[in-house]
Amino acid sequence: MSHGNMNLTLKVWKQKNKNEKGRFETYMAKGISPDMSFLEMFDVVNEQLINEGKEPIAFDHDCREGICGMCSMYINGRPHGPKEGITTCQLHMRSFKDGDTIVVEPWRSAAFPVIKDLAVDRSSFDRIMASGGFVSVNTGNAKDANNILIPKDDADDAFNAAACIGCGACVAACKNSSAMLFVSAKVSQLALLPQGKIEAKARVLNMVKQMDEEGFGNCTNTGACEAECPKGISLENIARMNREYLSASLT
Amino acid sequence: MASSPKLNAKIPEGTIENKWTKYRSTVHLVNPSNKRSLEVIVVGSGLAGASAAASLAEMGYKVKVLYFQDSPRRAHSIAAQGGVNAAKNYQNDGDSVYRLFYDTIKGGDYRAREANVHRLAEVSGAIIDQCVAQGVPFAREYGGTLSNRSFGGTQVQRTFYAAGQTGQQLLLGAYSALQRQVGMGAVQLLARHEMMDVVNIDGKCRGIIARDLVTGKLERHFGHAVLLCTGGYGNVFYLSTNAMGSNVTAIWKAHKKGAFFGNPCYTQIHPTCIPVSGDHQSKLTLMSESLRNDGRIWVPKKQNDTRKGTDIPEEERDYYLERRYPAFGNLVPRDVASRAAKERCDAGYGVGSSKMAVFLDFAANTERYGKIEASKQNIHNPSKEQIIKLGKDVIKEKYGNLFDMYKQITGEDPYEVPMRIYPAVHYTMGGLWVDYNLMTTIPGLYALGEANFSDHGANRLGASALMQGLADGYFVIPYTIGDYLAEEIRTKSIPTDNDAFAKAEAEVQDRITKLMGIRGTKSVDHFHKRLGKIMWDKCGMGRNKEGLTSAISEIQKIREEFWKDVRVPGDANEFNPELEKAHRVADFIELGELMCKDALHRDESCGGHFRDEYQTLEGEAMRDDENFAYVAAWEFKGEGNFELHKEELKYENIKIAARSYK
Repeated sequence: MSHGNMNLTLKVWKQKNKNEKGRFETYMAKGISPDMSFLEMFDVVNEQLINEGKEPIAFDHDCREGICGMCSMYINGRPHGPKEGITTCQLHMRSFKDGDTIVVEPWRSAAFPVIKDLAVDRSSFDRIMASGGFVSVNTGNAKDANNILIPKDDADDAFNAAACIGCGACVAACKNSSAMLFVSAKVSQLALLPQGKIEAKARVLNMVKQMDEEGFGNCTNTGACEAECPKGISLENIARMNREYLSASLT
Repeated sequence: MASSPKLNAKIPEGTIENKWTKYRSTVHLVNPSNKRSLEVIVVGSGLAGASAAASLAEMGYKVKVLYFQDSPRRAHSIAAQGGVNAAKNYQNDGDSVYRLFYDTIKGGDYRAREANVHRLAEVSGAIIDQCVAQGVPFAREYGGTLSNRSFGGTQVQRTFYAAGQTGQQLLLGAYSALQRQVGMGAVQLLARHEMMDVVNIDGKCRGIIARDLVTGKLERHFGHAVLLCTGGYGNVFYLSTNAMGSNVTAIWKAHKKGAFFGNPCYTQIHPTCIPVSGDHQSKLTLMSESLRNDGRIWVPKKQNDTRKGTDIPEEERDYYLERRYPAFGNLVPRDVASRAAKERCDAGYGVGSSKMAVFLDFAANTERYGKIEASKQNIHNPSKEQIIKLGKDVIKEKYGNLFDMYKQITGEDPYEVPMRIYPAVHYTMGGLWVDYNLMTTIPGLYALGEANFSDHGANRLGASALMQGLADGYFVIPYTIGDYLAEEIRTKSIPTDNDAFAKAEAEVQDRITKLMGIRGTKSVDHFHKRLGKIMWDKCGMGRNKEGLTSAISEIQKIREEFWKDVRVPGDANEFNPELEKAHRVADFIELGELMCKDALHRDESCGGHFRDEYQTLEGEAMRDDENFAYVAAWEFKGEGNFELHKEELKYENIKIAARSYK
């Protein structure tokens, strides 16, 4: 099956499971079209490996349109690859040149153990959410939606923070493996809205505590997270969370 | 009419306006102390699954949720773009519960159950209230109130939205509610688990067999009730807008264990997707229907016109939807818009290199918005450039993420040139047959959201999938499950060393051993692509007797070949995505055959089911209400053997009529 005329060398992290040691393996990706997505290029390589009786490369992916947050490759030293504002599934091969060598690794963080090859376990994010990433309202208790008026700017800021897809690129990009951008996005979204203000203090304290327990590192304001975030989640959220945390700790 | 005693829809007595209110107040209740000992398994964590699991846990039930992704937030509801409908009438444009009910029945081409649809319209408003209370950041006006937009098949503005990421925001709301219950210890999450079979004991569903996708281990889970919230099966076509992992396996296993499958052939082909660019393509990307609010769809008036869209003057453009359907224009329902696009392309008016695309153009509305904005900002005599710039800003705020997505995939800038779009498989209206309580024909087994067949008839209206998923999970199942569980309070947890569990697990193990043992020569994708092509060519936008008949025998051949020649690499006792796919594709192959049989038996055209033989002279769908006003509910009778049962559809509140959007 011929698709295009790009030939690439891939150096891909292979690791059988979280207990065994991993290593880089070299694969040739042949006949790649510039219109393919990066994951479609992996499909082609895997199809070829299967046809040769070899084991394909395991990687996480699902929606392939940049919203589910499942895909997670660290490409040439950058989460989601060389382009800004996109996920790996939205990265197209036209961003590479024929003959390129591409190094592909999993997210690396103590809080994201490798499951196999490029797939990692991000359930630590779910546990942080379970510690406070919500408004405590049971189904059926809500009043009419337009009884809560929210200034458009606040609603827009909350939406921008809520656009986080929980992919973990911020953690992978950070030299300290900090999850501050992820946690602050949820803290900010809910702190900006009147519905979320009531339990804002408990929320920020609990979520930060859980974040620390999961083994994420500290934030040293390098800003790599913001630069690599596929959804453009702003560092302002971290600043807002720090204010929230400080005021919650003092009272 | 031939039927089955199992096919009792259990629609409550009373007038349509009172059925749900009265039923809700009289349905059996389970007292709080009994709820604590009743276990509910929820399969799938999308809008329906997450909202049901959170709500049931809040009520006191013990809940387990399993999903094949690594987090509940990844479920494919996340990708829904445009919005969620609710009959709030915030725009004062004449909306009402009745109008939403009517639009949905008509949009579904008179093939949905009246009582279910009315209930859906009744609870729609509460969904918005609930989501806002959770902190879902819907779009708002400057005065702080919620904003609305229009979707296809309606003439009111009842769609609530959060840019082009409404599904994401609603799912994160439901996910938050779910995680809150996880934190309280009321819900147990089973990440990266796939349901492999349901376990029935003495005619009731009592649990499931699941596979831990990381270790490959099979597990037995008991439940007093099992809820399948596993979405649709559009991936039977290989290429669709569904996520790569979306599959039919859970509902197909249930079907083979006794749950009837309702209207399997009703497939929604969405008119506005990014066209296929090559044979490497793994999935298709939707461009939200909300774009049809502001985008005008056209093709050149001349056949085989190779000029760029921006070079074709106004008078040489054919705005064919506005021409054919003046009352609804670009906002006709999806099935109508898709067929019209196919018709133009088949007739040689398509654009782009493949000629299988039409234009979706924002130029006119960019200019209109620019003028409004200039006037709002007190800019007098604005220049054309100023107007366009202001207009683009408005478009960006409404659809920015969609435009970026388009640019990323096609390499073209839709702010400057019209988008090229073509229909693609998007949603399946068919699914497990359920009664008014959302229970399948297996007692104790429920299906919610896209996994059931219930509310959309033969065509779903835009922004109604989110509405239905959340209605089922937040506001229907918490009541209707009591009708069954109230009778189960004396049932103790059944130990999973029970024979029925052991037997079901052994069957799953046999199938895994068999798949791993074939060691054939072709990959799973090879078979999936072949199946998809047959389905798209012969059971897609246009279907006919000859094509469907040959499709059935071709699919049977693929099934035979698959089980002889598929190659599944690796080991069964580890993380093995190829093995996961093999299970799913094996089920898709069986489903494909049933879809073709259903499409073949339905000698009429309705909604998304268009039979070439049944159309008017103008190419519109020709329904046959005398012979086909029923739900086709198929019973599994052995490999490739399905028996048809019929649930008659009675229209007591809406006059059944030819569907016209002219």
